[in-house]
Amino acid sequence: MMELSTIGKPVPNFYAQSHATGQTQYVDDVSFPGMLWAKAFRSPVPRGRIKRIDYQKALNVPGVVSVLTSKDVPNNLTVDLFMIGVGPPDEPVLAEEYVNYIGEPICLVVAKDQYAAQKGAERIEADIEELEPLLDPEEALRPGAPIIKSWGHNAFIYGSGTDGATPPGGQGRPYFQVKRGDVERAFQSADHVIKGEYVMHPQEHAPIETHVCVAKPEPDGRLTIYSSSQAPYFVRSNVANVLKMQESKIRVISLNVGGGFGGKVDPDIEQLTALAALKTNRPVKWRWTREEEFTVSTVRAGTKVYLEDAVSRDGLILGRKGRLIHDAGAYSKTSPYGVIKATVNLSGPYRIPSAYYQGYCVYTNKQPSSAMRGYGAYESTFAVELHMERIAKSIGIDSWEFRFKNAYRRGDVSVTGKVMEDAYLIEVMKEAARLANLRLPEHLLLMSSER
Amino acid sequence: MSSSKVNIIRFVLNDEPVEVLVPPTEILLNTLRERVNVKSIRYGCGEGSCGACTVLVDGKPRLSCLTLTISVDGRDVTTVEGLSKDGELHPIQKAFIEHNAAQCGYCTPGFILLLKALLDRNPNPSRDEVIDSLSSNLCRCTGYKNILEAAMSVVRRR
Repeated sequence: MMELSTIGKPVPNFYAQSHATGQTQYVDDVSFPGMLWAKAFRSPVPRGRIKRIDYQKALNVPGVVSVLTSKDVPNNLTVDLFMIGVGPPDEPVLAEEYVNYIGEPICLVVAKDQYAAQKGAERIEADIEELEPLLDPEEALRPGAPIIKSWGHNAFIYGSGTDGATPPGGQGRPYFQVKRGDVERAFQSADHVIKGEYVMHPQEHAPIETHVCVAKPEPDGRLTIYSSSQAPYFVRSNVANVLKMQESKIRVISLNVGGGFGGKVDPDIEQLTALAALKTNRPVKWRWTREEEFTVSTVRAGTKVYLEDAVSRDGLILGRKGRLIHDAGAYSKTSPYGVIKATVNLSGPYRIPSAYYQGYCVYTNKQPSSAMRGYGAYESTFAVELHMERIAKSIGIDSWEFRFKNAYRRGDVSVTGKVMEDAYLIEVMKEAARLANLRLPEHLLLMSSER
Repeated sequence: MSSSKVNIIRFVLNDEPVEVLVPPTEILLNTLRERVNVKSIRYGCGEGSCGACTVLVDGKPRLSCLTLTISVDGRDVTTVEGLSKDGELHPIQKAFIEHNAAQCGYCTPGFILLLKALLDRNPNPSRDEVIDSLSSNLCRCTGYKNILEAAMSVVRRR
């Protein structure tokens, strides 16, 4: 075998020296004279109508400089992916009439230090009429469920030009759809039909560094944002959109990120910190507590997947029907995109000649879900691989054999029409079995991804 | 907090005397980060769960987010800045670099201090004793394998 110069060899971490001496700089280390601290007053209920907010007592706390509400936000309704045409904007930066999850920000208190900001937030009084919350995405899809979205349905509408992928003017439907071949005929000619239901719970990224941001107004009218974000350009576009500022007036400085895992993609902390800095004309810092990190930062979506496969006597998958329900939580964030990714991945790395998949991006009264390490593909893979095991078991075939038989070979076509030019699943499975000291039967070892 | 009552607290930080004026409720994490400008101890949870704010007080690991600054009056406080002497890194620091035991680096100083406290007390711990003493702190990036390998390489070298 050819000697590889880089692959398989450890590469020293560029930051190893500064990490081991504690000198690495994170956003929490940024400080300016006169810097203020922010603290959110958040919704105590999962769903409610705000009747009255009294923040006068917060303003009376010594050290509190300002309390911001939705009226202070130049463009209060937003959606993270507006840059690629995803809409309509469904998330208020600060809540207006309704709150839709526990922890949704309603006011932002800005004070001379973190203690005064905390005390200020504690003094805010809210009269909120509690409404029955939607907690289960399948309940949210049932007729008669309370509707929590302005467009009259609890799911995102795909195909009407609001999904960033289709031109405007289409009729749209409350799910993303992928079709290939004649799936009904595959089911008619099948020897076995195997169904399964798979549920994956939401997951929190839990980075050790919580979300943190420092925003500083510059004398020339520009704004500098120090952010723990994993996506500084994303921050710039979204802050510009919310503040109605030119992007060129905003500079985002990304220091070392103390763990992100996808949870620091959404611009949740930067928009409000930037607003507070502009309103007070002072540098402002906002650092989320561990509790906020767990309860209001995004999570990987809880997902339910229904799969049904048509399989031949000799163990070939002829067709698959899939229905994926993604719990977006209260607002879109990057979920409409994540559902597209999840839905097209319902074939897994397998040759499935006919398929019909539906992916639902459903809203509930829970903390919003968004990016996390391969999201979409990950949730589908969990369901697909469990389903592969179930099929193999129920038709009485070894699951390795079943996977080898149905693995993509070079030249196969995916559910979206992509020709597989670099199929290597069979080779990868052979190597995995070898590393696990598992002896595969000879006829599998003779197989390859070449047709 | 914005209490008018303040105390003069004197302690030794990394072999240098320090004097600060703090309210009685202030935690050591905030005193060190905001008044003394030591940034290597970090806020992770504020409730003693993650260990990112670990310091040594008289050589023993303490969570600075749960430690009142007034309680270290007259004590000896060590942070990771105090480990390297005359530009020479401590063997534990070198081991963390050699074994790639840090990815984002946020938790790293805490782990290094835990290990220093253990080795100062017990120069030849077993693998289980090392695991036990590191188990109070959390890392979310590298996993614990490289941290443990770095730790064991220092033990073996002794």
